[in-house]
Amino acid sequence: MSGIFEENSSAASRVWEPITTLAAKVNKGELKAADLVEKSLQLIAEKEDYKAIIAVTAERALERAKAIDEMVAQGKPAGRLAGVPFIAKDNYLVFGAETTAASNILKGFTAPYQATVIEKLEAEGAICVAKANLDAFAHGSSTENSDFFTTKNPYDQTRVAGGSSGGSAASVALDLAPFALGSDTGGSIRLPASFDGVVGYKPTYGLVSRSGVVAMASSTDCMGPLTRTVADAAVVLDVMAGRDELDSTTIERDPAGYVLGDVDLKGKKIGIIKEYMGDGMEPGVRKCIEQAIEALKQAGAEVCEVSLPSISLALAVYYILVPAELSSNLARHDGQRFGYSYPDAKDLAQSYEKSRGLGFGKEAKRRIMIGTYVLSSGYYDAYYKKAQTIRTKLIQEFEAVFQDVELLIGPTAPMVAFKIGENANDPLQMYLADIMTVAANLVGAPAISIPCGLSDGLPVGLQLMAPQKHDRSLLELAKAAEGVLA
Amino acid sequence: MAKLTRDDVLKLASLARISLSDDEVTEFSEELSVILQYVEQLSSVDVSGLKPTNQVTGLTNIMRKDEVKDYGYAPQDLLKNVPQTQDNLLKVKRMIA
Repeated sequence: MSGIFEENSSAASRVWEPITTLAAKVNKGELKAADLVEKSLQLIAEKEDYKAIIAVTAERALERAKAIDEMVAQGKPAGRLAGVPFIAKDNYLVFGAETTAASNILKGFTAPYQATVIEKLEAEGAICVAKANLDAFAHGSSTENSDFFTTKNPYDQTRVAGGSSGGSAASVALDLAPFALGSDTGGSIRLPASFDGVVGYKPTYGLVSRSGVVAMASSTDCMGPLTRTVADAAVVLDVMAGRDELDSTTIERDPAGYVLGDVDLKGKKIGIIKEYMGDGMEPGVRKCIEQAIEALKQAGAEVCEVSLPSISLALAVYYILVPAELSSNLARHDGQRFGYSYPDAKDLAQSYEKSRGLGFGKEAKRRIMIGTYVLSSGYYDAYYKKAQTIRTKLIQEFEAVFQDVELLIGPTAPMVAFKIGENANDPLQMYLADIMTVAANLVGAPAISIPCGLSDGLPVGLQLMAPQKHDRSLLELAKAAEGVLA
Repeated sequence: MAKLTRDDVLKLASLARISLSDDEVTEFSEELSVILQYVEQLSSVDVSGLKPTNQVTGLTNIMRKDEVKDYGYAPQDLLKNVPQTQDNLLKVKRMIA
């Protein structure tokens, strides 16, 4: 055990003030953006042994901080996130460092443009200081599939940080920056948030632009923040959300925005997902979840059990649809236009095959081949179309339960962070870590993981889900829940 | 029940344009079979009367004006990641024999 979190496991950061406070102080000249960036860079250097970070964007970050401090000195407003440092998962295109998606095939790639999300955050004065580790191309649940190194859990260095946004989650848990960005295709924000004791929020599909983020599975990829508190997550969402003409799957933001009001849990109808409370859960996780449910009841919430019979099929549906989509998305990595290119190819076919064969890591190859199989002639109907049809069934079941309750809850994962190497040789076992997170991606619903205690010193996450586009009410209820769980 | 042979794996690898080492072929034929067996639990699910879902936004035909926009990129900026270039073009192996 590293023992740095003996007290105050799930509370707000002790290093960083709330994001709105930081930005307000920078705008008033009470804090310097340059000092915040220096502080973040220093913490990144001090906590290097956790392997959360792939690269720092120090030079550009310090330049931007200087520009913000000059704006403030001239009496100009510097934005709602003025001077607030953040860390982006290394699948976001960001100026100032390579974008590798933690893959060898993209090593050396520098972005000619930035992700829409980065542009929006920068327009409000936020400053990217570093790129965080992930499972290569976001394929995984532990960062062990990173082609570079494995991120260690901030609570126990012998354990995984979760994945795929493990570097982002560990960064927030280690207080390297006030917030980090992740991507969630099947749980990749929420699972590491659960393992590392931070807040991880996956918005409604389409609410945040995917433009400029390395694509995994386009029909379920969601971009979102990892933070210490729900309030901070809402502040970040409020800047990121909305239509983007560079991503035609984006939806309109809520006209009322995402600045949270205070809501009372009294009388709120909350459904516990029965299928998530079965035998597969570790006893320590069950205890934390049951205590959280009790706390919500004490606060006056009307908690009942609900059933989503097809939810137990969600992981199988996911592991057909997602490999299918990613096998298509990863076709662009062909060694001709960017990324690793096999230098000694005798012809074009060999150039493709060797560039991809040597450039992709094992998990990317595994998933591309599953995707290729389920899409291949003769199998398409049995696998891909069938999975898409069961997706419809799942959507209908969610719609039906949301007639009766406004919020669904359950564990984010049935386990706490596992040991590094424990699942490394068993891909299916690794996939099962996502068993409780994939459903929200398949139905497009917003979902959040908030810390709800420790099991033998390791964090447990409570997952909350709301109907599509109910992001503000989800965040408001999560903030209220966070208040009663503390 | 799906049980992938070495030949099946080699065929998939060829469709996906990925060269595999001998060890990888052996490993993948085991692992992919296990994963496919897991997802095959879907085969017994009754989905009569349901249509497949391709996407969940409810959006249809997002239109925009077809006009040229200047994003300010110089050709060199866009070519800087290309493995081989010549005269501001991508250089690749011969495509037509």
